[in-house]
Amino acid sequence: MTTTEQITQARDAAELEAIARRIREQIVRMTHAAQSGHPGGSLSAVEILTALYFGGVMRHDPSDPDWSERDRFVLSKGHATPVIYAALAEAGYFSADWISSFRSLGSELQGHVVRGRPPGVEMSGGALGMGLSFSVGLALGHRLDGRKARVWCLLGDGELNEGQNWEAAMSAAHFGLDRITAIVDRNHFQNDGAGTEIMRIEPLAEKWSAFGWGVHEVDGHDVGAVTQALCAARETDGAPQVVIAETVKGKGVSFMAENPAGWHGKGPSDAQLAQALEEIHS
Amino acid sequence: MTSQAALPAAATREAYGAALLRLAREGYEIVALDADLSASTGGNKLATEFPERWFTVGAAEANMISIAAGLAATGKTVFAASFAVFMPGHCYDQIRVQIAQQRMNVKLVASHGGVSVGEDGASAQAIEDLALMTALPGMNVVVPCDVVEAEAAMVAAAQDAEPWYIRVGRPKLPVVYTESAQFELGRADLLREGSDVTLIACGLLVEPTLRAAETLAAEGIEARVLNMATLKPLDEAAIVEAARETGAIVTAEEHNVIGGLGSAVARTLALQAPTPMEQVGVADRFGESGSWQSLLERFELTPQAVAAAARRAVARK
Ligand SMILES: Cc1ncc(C[n+]2csc(CCOP(=O)(O)OP(=O)(O)O)c2C)c(N)n1
Repeated sequence: MTTTEQITQARDAAELEAIARRIREQIVRMTHAAQSGHPGGSLSAVEILTALYFGGVMRHDPSDPDWSERDRFVLSKGHATPVIYAALAEAGYFSADWISSFRSLGSELQGHVVRGRPPGVEMSGGALGMGLSFSVGLALGHRLDGRKARVWCLLGDGELNEGQNWEAAMSAAHFGLDRITAIVDRNHFQNDGAGTEIMRIEPLAEKWSAFGWGVHEVDGHDVGAVTQALCAARETDGAPQVVIAETVKGKGVSFMAENPAGWHGKGPSDAQLAQALEEIHS
Repeated sequence: MTSQAALPAAATREAYGAALLRLAREGYEIVALDADLSASTGGNKLATEFPERWFTVGAAEANMISIAAGLAATGKTVFAASFAVFMPGHCYDQIRVQIAQQRMNVKLVASHGGVSVGEDGASAQAIEDLALMTALPGMNVVVPCDVVEAEAAMVAAAQDAEPWYIRVGRPKLPVVYTESAQFELGRADLLREGSDVTLIACGLLVEPTLRAAETLAAEGIEARVLNMATLKPLDEAAIVEAARETGAIVTAEEHNVIGGLGSAVARTLALQAPTPMEQVGVADRFGESGSWQSLLERFELTPQAVAAAARRAVARK
């Protein structure tokens, strides 16, 4: 039997950074193998998932993905499968050998998230804007059952264009759900380009607080700071909390970070993979 | 339309940007909307010459459709584009009440229809959009088979004041028509004459169906082939004539077998000319990840599947 303490045990800072590097490596390897997929918005979320799964933030047990008391992680930006698959493999939910099958016929690693496939994925998605409402449903259910489990929901900033997010935000506050934390991967880019050109969402912190949420803003690539912000959100009672993580789309791979619009949804070539791996490990 | 392959392979979605530019240059009062997928739909091409006519609303399909309806109410011919899973999927009620019920001059161009989307998997593969759209009173529904027919359909849509849904696809496909092809809403196009069985296809399945007809001919089965690009209004006369003259029908589509071309043809046959019929389509299941070619095999949307269905239909005569 694993105890809660073991499950939530935090790794030290150097270890977290090493994990983040391995997750980045898997993201570029996966999208290279598939010659498709979404590297940019996966790389921007690496420290967020590293903090959640390895920083002692989430209560979870890779050997028991269906553990009823587990915290739930909901990937609302369901196209960012490379980052969740890499994190789940790193945590031991499934064998890292599966990674190379990403997006191929019959693979357990589908292009967009599918509930329970692989183990550890809580919600099917790929259509933006639905995850926060699903999280509200989970949190209401947990409350009815008297469970302490928390819900962590990762949203894209482009995704916030979808009105349903704001319906969900309204309802979480209305229902007084304080075991729910939204995390916004604020990488400033969406599919068609920069949010400032496609659809402005500022002032973002003010929007969330106007909807009754507690707001935490953090450098989304400082894994220690992200961990702290998530823990602070976890410790705050009385209202749902949102962590706005300031990130870079394509972080860690220079040619992706310099051209995020070009790397929303495609895989790197052989030469690009080699360069990306070198940069990630330097 | 004449059928003779001449042009290089192209995706039907590639017609969209070209059609918008052509219409705007020719003086049509069009505007176009996109919902954060404009590079994939090609809608952003309009902005290269007519930036004031193109609006991006971000990833917000419901908002896009209601804005489109408002724009149409000011007399514009409005095009709105997204992927077929998100439009109609993410904005069905807006389409229902504000486009169809109000009979607005809005043309919905839905790209990435069917399982041929490929690697993105189930959530991205529309296999039910034609059912949703054909069930709406007053909605015209078109599934072009190649880039030539797609552009002709988009131009025809702009010349009509009613709502249209035009489904196009992601992969590059062989071109069936020659450049001068015309498109007529509601008319089946006879691509091949035959007296033993009629193969009725739309969209991506048209070209494989022509290949199936070749295979069948080698076996002594002469298949008539109809390109049924318009699902609604349906060319019922062509279907009834085919039933009477060939005595067996096969439908082929990149859509669920429930609610698409096959269902519409079956309804016509049952009401007007009961005839043995077989269906090629997605067998009421969601899609999955894989290359688009591997998915067409997996979902049995191939010339072989059409030929096999034709043999079964003929055997039932
Ligand atoms: C409802 C819906 N509309 C459109 C899309 C297509 N799409 C996939 S990702 C994306 C952009 C999302 O931007 P963001 O949330 O900022 O993601 P990130 O940049 O972090 O990858 C879009 C429009 C979708 N998946 N769902």
